[in-house]
Order: sequence, then structure tokens, then C-alpha cells
Amino acid sequence: MSTLRKRREFIESEQQLAARHTKGKIWLAAFQIALLVGVLVLVVLLLTIINTSFGYSAVENEVDPENLAVNGVPLEELPQEALVEILTQNISAGLFARFESEQPVAERPAEELYDLIQEHVISPQVKESWNLVDSLTRRGEILAVIETKYPEAELKFFSWVNWDFVRSQQSSHPEIAGIRTAILGSVWTIAIAIFFSLPVGIAAAIYLQDYAPDNFINRVIQTNINNLAGVPSIIYGILGLAIFVRAFGFFTSGIAFGAADPSTANGRTIVSAGLTLGILVLPLVIINAQEAIKAVPNSLREAGFGLGATRWQTVWSHVLPNALPGVLTGSILAVSRAIGETAPLIVIGASTFIQVDPGGPFSKFTTLPAQIYQWTVRPQGAFHNIAAAASLVLLVLLLALNATAILLRNRYSRRY
Amino acid sequence: MTNQTQSSENTFSFRQIDLRRRGRTRETIIQGFLFLCGFLSIFVTFGIIYELGKESLLFFGNQQWSSTNKPLAAAIDDQQTAFEIGTQGTAIQEEAVYRIENEVIFVETVAGTQVTAQRGYQESLAAAHREGLTLETELRPGLQEFFTGTEWAPQNGKFGILPLLNATLIVSGIAILVAVPLGLATAIYLSEYASNRARNVLKPLLEILAGVPTVVYGFFALTFMTPLLRSMLGNDVVNIYNMASAGIVIGILILPFVSTVSEDALSAVPRSLREAALSLGATKFETAVRVVVPAAFSGIAAAVILAASRAIGETMIVAIASGAGPNFTFNPFQAAETMTGHIVRISGGDMSYNSIDYNSIFAVGLMLFIMTLALNIFSQRIVRRFREIYE
Amino acid sequence: MQTNPQSELAPAQNGKYAIQTNNLAIYYGDFRAVKEVNLNIEPRRITAIIGPSGCGKTTVLRAFNRMNELIPSVRTEGEVIFGGRNIYEREVDPVEVRRRIGMVFQKPNPFPKSIFENIAWGARINGFKGNMNQLVEDTLKSAALWDEVNDKLEQSGLSLSGGQQQRLCIARAIAVKPDIILMDEPCSALDPIATLRIEELMRDLAKEYTIIIVTHNMQQAARVSDYTAFFSLSEDGKRSGMLMEYGDTKTMFTNPKQKLTEDYITGRFG
Repeated sequence: MSTLRKRREFIESEQQLAARHTKGKIWLAAFQIALLVGVLVLVVLLLTIINTSFGYSAVENEVDPENLAVNGVPLEELPQEALVEILTQNISAGLFARFESEQPVAERPAEELYDLIQEHVISPQVKESWNLVDSLTRRGEILAVIETKYPEAELKFFSWVNWDFVRSQQSSHPEIAGIRTAILGSVWTIAIAIFFSLPVGIAAAIYLQDYAPDNFINRVIQTNINNLAGVPSIIYGILGLAIFVRAFGFFTSGIAFGAADPSTANGRTIVSAGLTLGILVLPLVIINAQEAIKAVPNSLREAGFGLGATRWQTVWSHVLPNALPGVLTGSILAVSRAIGETAPLIVIGASTFIQVDPGGPFSKFTTLPAQIYQWTVRPQGAFHNIAAAASLVLLVLLLALNATAILLRNRYSRRY
Repeated sequence: MTNQTQSSENTFSFRQIDLRRRGRTRETIIQGFLFLCGFLSIFVTFGIIYELGKESLLFFGNQQWSSTNKPLAAAIDDQQTAFEIGTQGTAIQEEAVYRIENEVIFVETVAGTQVTAQRGYQESLAAAHREGLTLETELRPGLQEFFTGTEWAPQNGKFGILPLLNATLIVSGIAILVAVPLGLATAIYLSEYASNRARNVLKPLLEILAGVPTVVYGFFALTFMTPLLRSMLGNDVVNIYNMASAGIVIGILILPFVSTVSEDALSAVPRSLREAALSLGATKFETAVRVVVPAAFSGIAAAVILAASRAIGETMIVAIASGAGPNFTFNPFQAAETMTGHIVRISGGDMSYNSIDYNSIFAVGLMLFIMTLALNIFSQRIVRRFREIYE
Repeated sequence: MQTNPQSELAPAQNGKYAIQTNNLAIYYGDFRAVKEVNLNIEPRRITAIIGPSGCGKTTVLRAFNRMNELIPSVRTEGEVIFGGRNIYEREVDPVEVRRRIGMVFQKPNPFPKSIFENIAWGARINGFKGNMNQLVEDTLKSAALWDEVNDKLEQSGLSLSGGQQQRLCIARAIAVKPDIILMDEPCSALDPIATLRIEELMRDLAKEYTIIIVTHNMQQAARVSDYTAFFSLSEDGKRSGMLMEYGDTKTMFTNPKQKLTEDYITGRFG
């Protein structure tokens, strides 16, 4: 009787066992799919950007550049004097007067004249643009559309990301707009941010790890830093707006130093942006540096103390050099974070349209991500293309930065 | 045993041993400097709280005026305390503050069309006013209206934050719905199933996902996600700017975060626990889901809460893809501005430093700060309370 | 029952002691790790501190150069007299104490710098202005390491074998000209041959320095030391470490006064 019962239980559990295994396999597949979705999204993201960065455009010129050629010499190769001639003859008196007042036309370099001619004389307009996939697959269709809708336009294949793109300055014409101003702005602001946050952050980390006794104040400081790391970046923007732009506007606008920007003297300058970014990444720098310092074995400190060294001597000669690789990678991570930050800078007042390169810490500014934002929200199609192109540049920059960080980390940890 | 040398140092003669404390000034200065740097963080926090608080107070104390369309029936001089008003417009209340041109008056009684009022109230200058000028009623953003009003239009005296708050919560909710299942599933796979090689390849890939700047994600939401949703659900169902697009992309943004932190929590569970379960005849799936995940619960919960905090604070994606005007709706396919989007829009435009719009940024910002701070502290508490003791 | 072990020993030298403790007690938080320690250390001798694990030997050793303070919950009571004063007084600079009383640790911990720099660093921060090359050579010779490393002074200290690293640490310690060298089980991480070399070194060093060594190894204590202090746990249920017996090594090992000591030495416990 009892053996029968046992066998029945055994049979049941065999079925159950199979069911359990199947269930496990189904869920495993679900987990793998989840992972795949993540990877897939990354791929789709990159493809979208690449897709929008290249493609056909229907371009209409106001003045055909071929008509501007002199004696068969195309526009790009004309000497400076000829370019001056062309510019003077083809623009309105008012516009010419404006140029003259900023800097006499005859004194400008050929490159600049060429750009001006492009923008104000030739004045190319993108009537419509297509992305890469469409350009490759529906060429015939596109040609037909151009025939009917834009008879004056010609079909050009744009690689919206090109060297000119990086080199040129902003423009209201997406066709010739470039990111030079934005990149310079980014470089300047990040330089100021790092200059401020690295020393202060590392110093704070040294204090917290090697000096601070475990009392109430120091625990509060530590919790405070952890909380600050989680504050949304836009709040830092508000803080920067209130303090650097407004309260300290006298200093940050450069008025205090007599170096203010002549067009708009207010606190919305590179200095304000840099300091705000600096405060933003400060908690990050501190936490990273703390980890690096924590990882230095205590036996090193004890050896130093045992020889009659003071705390600072031990930290400076032994702890810091050994924590340096970790601190370095941490700083690079902070820089990566700062490069991509947009919201706080817009709150601070990144300019929507500046054509002049930043001349110093008290100039107006824009940064690469801010530029991308401003182009993305414009309705004209071509702006999306250059937004994509700028995004591509930004991503490449970040990739290079992070790759450097990983390389450095590997190189140093092997040596140790 | 060797004998010591027979020198004059048979006795231990002391060289002058001076053990007194040296004044190590350089040391003290350095230590002071390091402490200041550490303390700086407190200044930053105070700065945030102070600035947000101060301007918010200004916001709530701001006096706005809105026309009642109630005109003066006849011209009045600067002395009259009783005058007549017309019949159009909203009724005048007793014991309330009103304004005519630049003068503030305090209405005491209203009897039909007869009004008595104190002139030159709140230190304003009493002046003569001609017939037909309309009275303006006072508007003050009050806390109650702030939290319960369903319309946000500070210029028009509407100060209800609910539209902005609602949009923020819907977008974040969608983001969490996307990120938590995907992130947790990824974490379980990476920690319980994946080989070392797979992990070494997949983890960096996820890191890359986390490193993409949010503005690029915003671009992606606008140019890919929205068209996708529109083509899937129809152009009339899904607006060009909508909360769902933004929410989904924010979910993708925080997915690596949920995944990484959860995976750390799962890996921290000691192997002995897994081995115990397996040795009882549990399948790998049962071990993972019934033993390891519950053991890592506090870490996973903390990860989810922190991810929510990040989603709430996210700005660029919503600024680009979610819509540029407050809209109190529960339909995720409509455009609505979130708290963060509002801040960016207002500050990106022209604004004067004392306008109600400028001050409103701070009030909204304060709310944002409190919400994210509460979530962050909550997540730390959870970790502390539920951290399982394994041994 | 606990008479002061010191009073029964006529000082071998007619001079002062190198370092003394006076009713020393050390607490970790509320736990009293060591109590009622009265020790007088003879100058230019090797004193060994032995006893079972957990009885506070290392704690006592680290009390001599105020290294215990690096642990936040530690409290020290009683006195440690060196240079005519209690080194725990407020006016005394612990940094200077540590220069005078050097330490060699259980696991060799040379700095990840060159051999030369390992020795030079300590001297330099303490204000050494003389000929560094000479100093390095002298200390390495004193540490019986010169012959092995004189041609590779720029190589990293970590590239040496375990025994060599420990000798480097000893050289590093004597480069700052201490009066006393504390050694915390210096050979426990080394093989027997390296151990013997260090023991030889210790005997040489004792001509110039006072050496206090904590060791687990009774044979080592018997081989190397002039005086021995035996610690064990108190019997009052609180498990504090106490000095049970102190005397010159020969006598201690052949004719210990207390049964506890004899039991430990003959291996009946510990």
C-alpha cells in the first residue's frame, strides 16, 4: 500500500519537475530578451543619428555660385581682392555698412569673405532633406519630387558631418552652420569647471578619508555629499542662475574687471557656466577620489607613521601617489558628465545665437549640447540634420574620453 | 649572550631627548584648508536651500493684479472714501484689497453700487481717477492654490502646480514601468546566468547606454520614438509632442542604472545561499527568483527609488519631446509640460529678474528639490533597514 | 598573587631604563584589552614579549610608540616613560615619539618606491641634510642587505624577496636613528632561513639599539632575547591581558617562577 503511494508521488513530481524546468527556460529567454532590448536600443539610437547625419538634400541657391566665378576661376579659389569685389557688389548698402563697422571688409581674410559670400550672396536654402536610408533606397522617388516641387533646386548629397561643419561658426542657415563656437564654448566652460572642482574635490576627499574623525559633523558632511550627488542637474542650474549670474553678476559679467562683453554686459558668461558645472561635478569628484584613497592599503600609512612622519607627509608622499590612477579616472568621468550637461547651462543662459567665438571668460557662450538642443527644437527639417551631426561629434568625443579613462586605468593598475 | 661593548655607555646616558610638541604650522594650515574644502559641500546645500527658499517666498508673497472689469461710475478725487461703481464686471468683495491705476485701496463696505474704501492703502499714493477706470483685484499665489489648483499660468494669476506635477509623475511613471522590468531582468541574467565572458562584453555596452548625453536622447525621442508611436497607434491618437515618447526614452536612459545597481546587489548575496537552495533540488530560476532576489531586496529597492528620483529630475528629454505648455491631462499621448521642462522654457527665454515667471522657477525648483531629496533619503533608509544579515 | 615581577630583578645595568611602563592599561571602547602592565626595558638589549594569542602583546608593543592612537576607539591609561617623561602627556609630540621609537611590522611593507627612496624618504622628512648616499649605504650595511642590493638601488622595493623586504624595512627604520626598535612578529611571514638571518641581524643591531620584539615563536624568544616578558589573560573572567612574569631569558626558560609560565613554555597551552 505504502509503496504504491510513494510511486504515485514520484510520478507526480516527475511531471512537476518537467514543468518547473520549462518555466525556468521560458523565464531565462525573457531575461535574455530584456538584455537584448537594451543593446538593441543602443544600436537603434546610433543608427538614427547616423541616418539623419547623411542624406540627400534639395538645395536652392539664390545666386548660383557658378555665376560668381571670375574668368573661369571658381569661387573657392579666387584671391582675397576678387572676393572683396564680389561681396561689395552683391550685397545691400546697409548690410555692407554693418560689416564695415565691425571690421573693414577689405581687411578680412579670404576664408571669412568666402563664408560671408556663402551666407549672404549665395544664400543656399535646403528645401527638403532626406535621411540616409531614404537617400539610398528611394533615389528615383526623390529626384521626381525635386523635379515637381523645387525646380530651381539641385540635389546634393550631404554628409552633414564634415570638417567644415566642425570648423564653421553658427549661422541661421543650417546648410553652412557649424559647431566651432559651440565646441570652443564647451572647452572653455569645462576647463573652468575642472580647474575649480578637481583641487577642491580631491582636497575634500583627502580630508574625509585621512583626517576626519568619525564625529557628527563629518558624518553629516558625508551624507550631504551623497545627497548632493543625487540632486537633479537643473537645480544646480537654478543655483548658478541665482548666485553667479544674478548675485555675483558684477563679477561674472566682467564689469568688475573692466572686461565686459560690449554687447550684453550681464552675468550670463562662460565664468558663470564654468563655475556652475564645477559645483555640479564636485560631489562626483569627491566620491570618486574617496574610493581611490580608500583603496590604498593601510599598511602604507602605518609604515609612514612608524617612521615619524606627520599625517600630511604620509598622505602627500604615499597615499596620494598610489591613489592617483583612481583619481585620474574619476576626473575623466567627471569631465564626461560635464560635457553632456545641458539643462543647467540653458538655465544659466546659453545664448541661442552667437556668431562670435568666445573671446575670454566673460563672453557669452554656448556649448555643444546646448547647440544640439537649440537646433533640435527648430521646425525646419535641415536643422534636425545638423543636430544629428553635432550629436555624432559629441558621441565620438565622449567615446574617446572614456576610452582614454579605461586605458589609463588598465595601464596604471597593471603597474601597481 | 653577547656582552655589550665596554664603552663609557655602560649606563644608558640620555642624549637630550626633546619630545615636546612642535608647532607644525604648515601642517595645521594644510589641515585647515582640507577641512574647508570638505565643508564647502555644506555651503552648497545651504546655498540651494536658501536661494530656492528665498525666491519661493517672494513668489508666494508676490502681488499680482487681475482686472475685474468693474469700472468707476464717476470720476473721483484723491480724498473720497465713498464712491459709485458700475454694474458690469465681477462683484466687489468687502474687506478686500483692490487697485485703481497705481493706487491700492481697501474696500470696507459694498452696498449695491456704493462702495466705501480706505484710500492710499499699503503706502500707495492716493490720486484722482477718471470715470470708467476698472478696478483690479489682488492675486496672491497661496499654498493651497499651489497644491490643488489645476491650472498653471502665472501671468494670469493661476498658480496651481498640479498640471506640471501630474505631467512629471506620468512621465516618470512610464519611465519606471519601462526601466524596472527590463533592468531587473537584465540584472538577474547578468548576475545569475551569464558567463564571465558575456558579462565582460555586455556590462560595458550598458555603460555606454548610460553615457549618452540626455540631449541626444531627447533628439532620439523626437525623431524616432514619436514617429514610431504615431505610426503604431495612429497620428490622431499620438500627438507630435507627447508624454509617452519622453517617458519611454527616459526609461531607456535609467535602465542601465537600475541594471547595474541591482546587479551589484545580487552579486553581493553570498554564494553559500545559492548553493543551499540548489542542493535542495531547486532549479536555477527558482533559486534566482525565490532566494537571491529577495535576499538582495533592499539593494534593488534602493536602485528603483534612485532611478525614480533621476527620472523626476530629468530635463532635456522632456523639454524636447514632451511639450511646451502646462496641460493637466491623464492621457500620455498628449503634450504636457513637466516641472523641469517648465523651468527650462522660462529661463531659456527673455525674462526680467522680478517677474512672476522668474520667481515661479524657484517655487517649482524647490518642489523638485524636496521631492528628489525625499526619494534619495528614503532609498538610503531602505537599504539600512532591510539589509539582510547573511551570516 | 601578582607581585610586581620587576622588583625581583636587580637591574643588570646601573643606568636608567630605555623605556618603562607604569600601570599601563589599554581599552578598546569599553573592553579592557591590557591591564596593570609594569615593564622596565633594559637599554641595548633584546626584550621578547611572548604569550598566547589575544593577550594583548601587540597592543602593548604599539603603546610604546603611540601607534594605538590611529585606532579611533582606543583609550590608554597609565604611563609610558621615555626620555624622562610620560609620552602620553599633552605636551609630547607623537610624531617625534615615533621617530625615536621605530617599528617593523608583521608583514613587510616597503613603500612602492625604489630601494634607495625607501630609506631616503624617512630621513628626508625628518630633516636629514647630510650625504644621503652614505646614509643609505650605511643603513643597508647595518641591515645586512647592502651586498645583495647595492647594484640595484633604483629598483622597486617590492621586487625583493620577503626576507629582503623585511630587512629593507629594518634599514628604513634605523635610517631615522631611533633609540628603540619595536618589532611585531617580524618573522612570522618569512621562511626559516630568512628568519634566521633576521635573528642574526637583531643580535647585531642590539649593540646599538634597544629592541623589543613580540613573537609567537618561543624558540625564537629563547634564541634571540636577553629578557622575556610573558603575558597571558587575567583570571578574573574579564579576559584582560596581563604581564605574568618577567626576567632574563635564561632563567625564565629553565626555571620559571610561575606555573602558568612553565605551562606555556613547555607547550601545554597557547
